[in-house]
Amino acid sequence: MSTIEVPRAEFLEVATEPRPPRRRRIKSKTVNTIIWFVVLLAITAVILYPLVWLVFSTFKPSSEFGQNPGLIPDNPTVDNYVKVLEGIGGTPLWRFFANSLFIALMAVIGTLFSSALAAYAFARIKFKGAGVLFAAMIGTLLLPFHVIIIPQYIIFNRLELVDTYWPLILPKFLATEAFFVFLIVQFIRNIPRDMDEAARIDGAGHVRIFFSIILPLIKPALITSAIFTFIWTWNDFLGPLLYVNSPEKYPLPIALRLYNDATSTSDYGATVAVSFLALLPILIFFIVFQRFLVDGVATQGLKG
Amino acid sequence: MRQLRRTERGKVPTTEGKRSQSRRETVVGYGFLLPWMLGFLGLTVGPMIFSLYLAFTKYNLFTAPEWVGLDNFVRMFTEDPQFMQSVQITLVYVLVGTPIKLAAALAVAMLLNYRNKGSGFFRSSFYAPSLIGASVSVAIVWRAMFSTDGPVDSSLSLFGIELGGWVGNVDLVIPMMILLAVWQFGAPMVIFLAGLKQIPQELYEAAEVDGAGPVRKFRSVTIPMLSSVIFFNLLLETINAFQVFASAFIISNGSGGPAGMTNFYTVYLYKRGFADGQMGYAAAMAWVLVIVVAIIAFILFKTQKSWVHYAGENR
Repeated sequence: MSTIEVPRAEFLEVATEPRPPRRRRIKSKTVNTIIWFVVLLAITAVILYPLVWLVFSTFKPSSEFGQNPGLIPDNPTVDNYVKVLEGIGGTPLWRFFANSLFIALMAVIGTLFSSALAAYAFARIKFKGAGVLFAAMIGTLLLPFHVIIIPQYIIFNRLELVDTYWPLILPKFLATEAFFVFLIVQFIRNIPRDMDEAARIDGAGHVRIFFSIILPLIKPALITSAIFTFIWTWNDFLGPLLYVNSPEKYPLPIALRLYNDATSTSDYGATVAVSFLALLPILIFFIVFQRFLVDGVATQGLKG
Repeated sequence: MRQLRRTERGKVPTTEGKRSQSRRETVVGYGFLLPWMLGFLGLTVGPMIFSLYLAFTKYNLFTAPEWVGLDNFVRMFTEDPQFMQSVQITLVYVLVGTPIKLAAALAVAMLLNYRNKGSGFFRSSFYAPSLIGASVSVAIVWRAMFSTDGPVDSSLSLFGIELGGWVGNVDLVIPMMILLAVWQFGAPMVIFLAGLKQIPQELYEAAEVDGAGPVRKFRSVTIPMLSSVIFFNLLLETINAFQVFASAFIISNGSGGPAGMTNFYTVYLYKRGFADGQMGYAAAMAWVLVIVVAIIAFILFKTQKSWVHYAGENR
């Protein structure tokens, strides 16, 4: 038996891969993999260094900035955190966090609701003008946002909504972020039509199909949209810069500027500590949900 | 299918019934689309028309807009050196930064595509900066890292390079901003990676049989097969680069310094509109940006016929 099998295997190998002796090939493959690993680790180190540096710097006393550019603090201290937790200008730090959280959560609710509705209409309902409107929606993806901020500001100013959160939240309830509509449309298009066709035969209308069939099926797309919306809103700087004037209403990015401006020369430690605290929820979100985020970007890009 | 369904339910499939059904579909469709339509008309199209009008006026938010015709545009290009400077530095930022960012994204995507095991971790780590890159925290870190005697300077001085800080240096502040953009190569990288995974392996094998080396394979298989993804990334990243704001604003503390070198287009637009109250001028600036972006998109879409290869094109 074995005498027959051995030459046969050899024959196969020669036929498909008539390359150098096997042992050397395995060795060079292992070497390649090691080089691959080392190169990528080096890139990772460079890419993540700013973030690691930020974390370590929060434990440096302010006097150490400019003296010690390295990673490890000479005299580690938690003073920065103690000072920062008190807040600034009579507003405690938790207040800025609560403001950011409120705005971000409202934005998530608004975006999910309005984007899913619009996406269902584009993906599953045949109506006049759908093609033109879909193209217009894609067009807004490419439209520089700056062309509308001036009139939007004037409108919200007229409505006396400046220094409220309305200008930050209302647009989210009206699906102005075309990215998410598009993302969900792509997702719905990939869902086989069998189930909603069956439901339609049973007499279900679009409203029922949307709520009881499509919504549960597009959960991954909704989660992706929710995480992105949360992170983008949390990080948003220009919106609150324009619309929020009272320090007690500031979300974190604007409050951060307060620390940064008031103390840039004397208190680097506090600025760095708040920067890290402001970034922390995003980093946690990212670590927990990174698969959704990365896949969301990948699918969004490919099927356009 | 639809007709079959109707007969099953015992109704005669007449054209009359069909038409009323399509009308009902249209009504339901617009019902679902209502929030988006309100936003689209009220917060996008309406404001666009309004800002187009404002671009031809002088308006400070408090007195009525005053029609000035093309004055804003003439002023921009003939009497406003700050505008010309902001155009110049923004163009440098876009034209240098975007290609470097995309090249880095493609190179790393190809590296990650080489092996599946372990690449998930790297993919996520490299994507993280894209997510937080526009945040104020990162801009503050960046400023600290590139300031005089910051970590970047002190590491370079190990190699005998003494730069004395990037933030206050007229020549180095744009390269610093470009590095911040390149650092965020993760988003286009993820898209490239997804594209690379869709290239059929047989094409590489066929090229190998024909005696193609790595460079040839890259040029004749990878690039053409990836061209639609390259096109997509190029379009999106270029448009995004034109709109850089928060980082430039924070790094200069809103001043646009040193010597106006961080006075990027949108920073200058913000300053004109919201700090100086020249809403008309800022609206005109915004429209110049729209036109530039539209021209770039048009050129890219026009040229894509010559270099973008879509699968199944040669049917």
